[in-house]
Amino acid sequence: MSRCHFLSRQERVLLQTPMSSHQVLICRNYKGDVDMSEIDHFFTLLMQQEEEGLVCPVMSHGNVHFLWIKHSNLYLVATTNKNSNASLVYAFLYKLVEVFTEYFKELEEESIQDNFVVVYELLDELMDFGFPQTTDSKILQEYITQKGNKLEVAKTKVPTTVTNAVSWRSEGIKYKKNEVFIDVIESINVLVNANGSVMSSDIVGSIKLKTMLSGMPELRLGLNDRMLFALTGRKNQTILHCLSDELMKRISPTNVKPLIWIESVIEKFSHSRVEIMVKAKGQFKKQSVANNVEIRVPVPSDADSPKFKTSTGHAKYVPEKNLVVWSIKSFPGGKEFLMRAHFGLPSVENHELEGRPPITVKFEIPYFTVSGIQVRYMKIIEKSGYQALPWVRYITQSGDYQLRTNS
Amino acid sequence: LKVINCCVWDPSGEIFELKAELNSDKKEKKKEAVKKVIASMTVGKDVSALFPDVVNCMQTDNLELKKLVYLYLMNYAKSQPDMAIMAVNTFVKDCEDPNPLIRALAVRTMGCIRVDKITEYLCEPLRKCLKDEDPYVRKTAAVCVAKLHDINAQLVEDQGFLDTLKDLISDSNPMVVANAVAALSEIAESHPNSNLLDLNPQTINKLLTALNECTEWGQIFILDCLANYMPCDDRESQSICERVTPRLSHANSAVVLSAVKVLMKFMEMLPKDLDYYGTLLKKLAPPLVTLLSAEAELQYVALRNINLIVQKRPEILKHEMKVFFVKYNDPIYVKLEKLDIMIRLASQANIAQVLAELKEYATEVDVDFVRKAVRAIGRCAIKVEQSAERCVSTLLDLIQTKVNYVVQEAIVVIKDIFRKYPNKYESVIATLCENLDSLDEPEARAAMIWIVGEYAERIDNADELLESFLEGFHDESAQVQLQLLTAIVKLFLKKPTETQELVQQVLSLATQDSDNPDLRDRGYIYWRLLSTDPVAAKEVVLAEKPLISEETDLIEPTLLEELICHIGTLASVYHKPPSAFVEGSRGVQHKRLPARMGAGLGVAPAAMPASLGGAPAVGGGLGDLFDLGGGVGMPTGSYVAPKTVWLLAIKAKGLEISGTFARRGGIIQMDLSLTNKAMSVMTDFAVQFNRNSFGLAPAGPMQVLTPLSPNQTIDVSLPLSMSGPVMKMEPLNNLQVAVKNNIDVFYFSCQYPLSLLFVEDGRFYRQVFLATWKDIPNDSEAQFQIKDIHLNSDVASNKLQGSNIFTIAKRTVEGQDMLYQSIKLTNGIWVLAEMRIQTGNPNYTKTNGFRDCMQKQMYDSTSVVRFSSK
Repeated sequence: MSRCHFLSRQERVLLQTPMSSHQVLICRNYKGDVDMSEIDHFFTLLMQQEEEGLVCPVMSHGNVHFLWIKHSNLYLVATTNKNSNASLVYAFLYKLVEVFTEYFKELEEESIQDNFVVVYELLDELMDFGFPQTTDSKILQEYITQKGNKLEVAKTKVPTTVTNAVSWRSEGIKYKKNEVFIDVIESINVLVNANGSVMSSDIVGSIKLKTMLSGMPELRLGLNDRMLFALTGRKNQTILHCLSDELMKRISPTNVKPLIWIESVIEKFSHSRVEIMVKAKGQFKKQSVANNVEIRVPVPSDADSPKFKTSTGHAKYVPEKNLVVWSIKSFPGGKEFLMRAHFGLPSVENHELEGRPPITVKFEIPYFTVSGIQVRYMKIIEKSGYQALPWVRYITQSGDYQLRTNS
Repeated sequence: LKVINCCVWDPSGEIFELKAELNSDKKEKKKEAVKKVIASMTVGKDVSALFPDVVNCMQTDNLELKKLVYLYLMNYAKSQPDMAIMAVNTFVKDCEDPNPLIRALAVRTMGCIRVDKITEYLCEPLRKCLKDEDPYVRKTAAVCVAKLHDINAQLVEDQGFLDTLKDLISDSNPMVVANAVAALSEIAESHPNSNLLDLNPQTINKLLTALNECTEWGQIFILDCLANYMPCDDRESQSICERVTPRLSHANSAVVLSAVKVLMKFMEMLPKDLDYYGTLLKKLAPPLVTLLSAEAELQYVALRNINLIVQKRPEILKHEMKVFFVKYNDPIYVKLEKLDIMIRLASQANIAQVLAELKEYATEVDVDFVRKAVRAIGRCAIKVEQSAERCVSTLLDLIQTKVNYVVQEAIVVIKDIFRKYPNKYESVIATLCENLDSLDEPEARAAMIWIVGEYAERIDNADELLESFLEGFHDESAQVQLQLLTAIVKLFLKKPTETQELVQQVLSLATQDSDNPDLRDRGYIYWRLLSTDPVAAKEVVLAEKPLISEETDLIEPTLLEELICHIGTLASVYHKPPSAFVEGSRGVQHKRLPARMGAGLGVAPAAMPASLGGAPAVGGGLGDLFDLGGGVGMPTGSYVAPKTVWLLAIKAKGLEISGTFARRGGIIQMDLSLTNKAMSVMTDFAVQFNRNSFGLAPAGPMQVLTPLSPNQTIDVSLPLSMSGPVMKMEPLNNLQVAVKNNIDVFYFSCQYPLSLLFVEDGRFYRQVFLATWKDIPNDSEAQFQIKDIHLNSDVASNKLQGSNIFTIAKRTVEGQDMLYQSIKLTNGIWVLAEMRIQTGNPNYTKTNGFRDCMQKQMYDSTSVVRFSSK
């Protein structure tokens, strides 16, 4: 990539014609082969595509290509005139969002304008001549600090982590109590058709570590045999690099039953009412409990006067999202609950065509994994030979969990 | 920061104020002033007038202030090159600062100052930094070499920085290695033939070691570089694959895609029966699927690439259909890509599920998505024969919804289904006809008209239906007009009695009242056909049409191979080769996949070098081409030019190749003489052609059975086929050849006589010769004089027939013999010629007209192909 732009966009109403204008908040030129003025074409193209309803994350004008992402009201746009590595560019743009969010809490127009010196500094450090460099915000914070950095030879030096073989850890870390928190998280993605057949269901799992270990330890994590196939290419004894390193794995979608099964009947009587009946069933073992379950049922945008009846939990109408949200604090396995809702419909029909959004479900089941992955042992090897306490948590949660409806 | 919010920007006043502040004694005030300057710069105000004052602040021990000044310099140095020299001293000094952060900052900024004048002052500091003790400085200096090369390539080469950069590949620090690799790859891109990154097993090993230790970005640089390497054999290929596979489980999608690229490429070299090959295939599926849980833009890139991978190796994802099912909240660009991949993966085993999904999508709200879903149903029908019936009934269900755009799309795809399975589903025509009035899109109208014309004999009121379209003939789009013309002609040929009036009406509309040349041309052709020979007309218009197949939307194999080499990049997103959208990349090598061992050349030529050694041309002028110079009484038959030397021994390590082309009994042959002028024995010969204008390719491997000992010559005849990939060459008959032996691969180019391509059935229909001749536009005509030939017309005609140039007619006008001739080329192009021979005058005039009469699927097009004539 050649340039990186941060743009903002304001919708204004000028003489009753809605106008949208854009402003380049900050731009960093990495290579000097794309002209600054090229960015003007970006919004023209974007608006054109929005009108046609076919927005694409890659756009080109002449021999300049724009690769962009949107974050709240900001557009992060990379420009290039070469055959750049597109996946690298997007991964980098998302990394920028991550780093700036760590620095400024919120990444938005104001945080950029208020901190432009730091933004420039970070942009300088994050990428050089189009090559991403150090992007770990923890390391960056060691030498790019928010406030002015007084230069004292002894104090400011390159953190060894920047170039060290162990780039994710500084030397000389010390904790009073040596602990490791291991979170085994599995997200369940489910897609169920209106007629109740499971179209796809899969698990995206990750192991997250929060380590509070002194010195330069090596951590060995032993996982049970069933993981062998899941951790592609890794040995049974996996050496994990400490400090929130994330490990992706995937399990092939071999008949994973949806953990919370939903049956719904949505009857729409034109000009008068909508009646909704939703039955939810916990299809996991009785000892486990799903927490903070939220079942979101779509309703027509012109519905009014809601009435609910639930066998447990409570239901709420969220008109701005056209949803009924049925929340159940705790949902034991094997149980079945029912919710009925009744809405009025205006006698004048809404002519706008509405999509058929699916029912979505959110939940969290602690101490449970679908894949059966287990941490069998954890071993810390460090020069000083201290003992560390492992804390393991298992959570299964909903990922993209959609059930299509009939009406 | 107040500057930003300032309502009125008073240039003189503000700048004056800033100038004073910049020259203040107080450090704090100075810093605030520079900040204000940068703030103004950020919002696009011109503060270049402050250049000297800002540069004065450069010598400071405050790191933040220094960074700000550097930032200012990068922005304005180019507009103030003379002033920029002022900064040089500080750079040189900062490069020796005890603090590595400052040294790196200086070297990083230096490279960003794109002013030619100061670059030479920067060489010494850069040289020092490349050898710095701190890896942070070294990795920054490595990138600086690439920056400097971009400004002044010659300087970088002269200073020997490239060698230092190469040395950094062996650096002990993985970050330095990664940045050196990135810099070298960048430089190599602008010097395709420089052999900068001469990768060998030792360097590869170093890269693979660094791969495990560097950051995610460093891993991408290294993987992208590895992908350009050509392993020597399948064992090396396998060992690299084994060391790259762990990257597939990385959380960064870009790392995964770059690893996939390396594996897809090196897999080409593994024998298919190897156990490891199967293991690798299995390992590729899960990471590709996991890419679909990334952010939408990354998903999009992944999907575009999966589309390529699925075409190249369908077996990888054949069981993963379900993950491509569309989610309600997917952005439209993801939805459309998923649909495409669903169709590619559709097979008899999963078609029921796919159809159920597609039907679901076809009732969604988003119009573009719905249209594509309906089309997808049609493509399924064409791809999976067993499902055709189900698809048709699904489409009929959709037509019953009466949703306007759904109906129109459905009709367009049903037309394609008819073209694939003729005479099978005509029972649905009645339903289609009911919707005739609701069609307002040209494509749908054209499709409907085609169906009516094609099945006119089974539709009772076909004439009424077509007549109803005829009323507004001139308001229709060209597509509909052409289709209507053809359909009515078809109808007439099927039911001549009651439609005579209709056909006359449409012919006159097309030929007399239309400005569209295509329409007029087609109208005239039908008119003449119908008036001269109705039987022939029937044969032509109602001819059996070739069936369409699903393959039509597949990417052409050579392009696909190139795109596989560019996985993850913009090229893979656009599905276009980089040369199509990157300026100045023409002439850059097209990447190719390595060849599997034991098949053809061991090492496939990456691309033919643009400038091939001056190989002498074969069959130069027209006279030569037609061999009119020879005496009478020579046996008739295709003329074969004597062999000429194509490859000189001095250019090919002792291998001399001479050759010629011949056409024998309808088979094209390349006759080669291989001479060994070296001291050692040559073995393992193989030959390959680059893409060429007519798709010439070896029909089989070159048979050189015995080893070629020194001073020995072997004659080989290589049969050629016309099934190779096509690319227009300059000149047209140019052929680039690669020959491999146990020593090396050699390239040469030669030119084949066009007469090689004249087929045996090149006799044009006598009845239509004249009419067609007249129809050829002037710019498709060319005239030549052939001098000094003493032959009478009969002998000439006889000789030419030996080369498949057929005389259709002859007449004598005022002492001149006129010969009317035709030639058909292997790719179906017709050439018509008129030859005037003045008895007693040895000069001939030959007029050629080129006409493409390739019978297209629907006899749609008789467009004229413009060809440079030879």
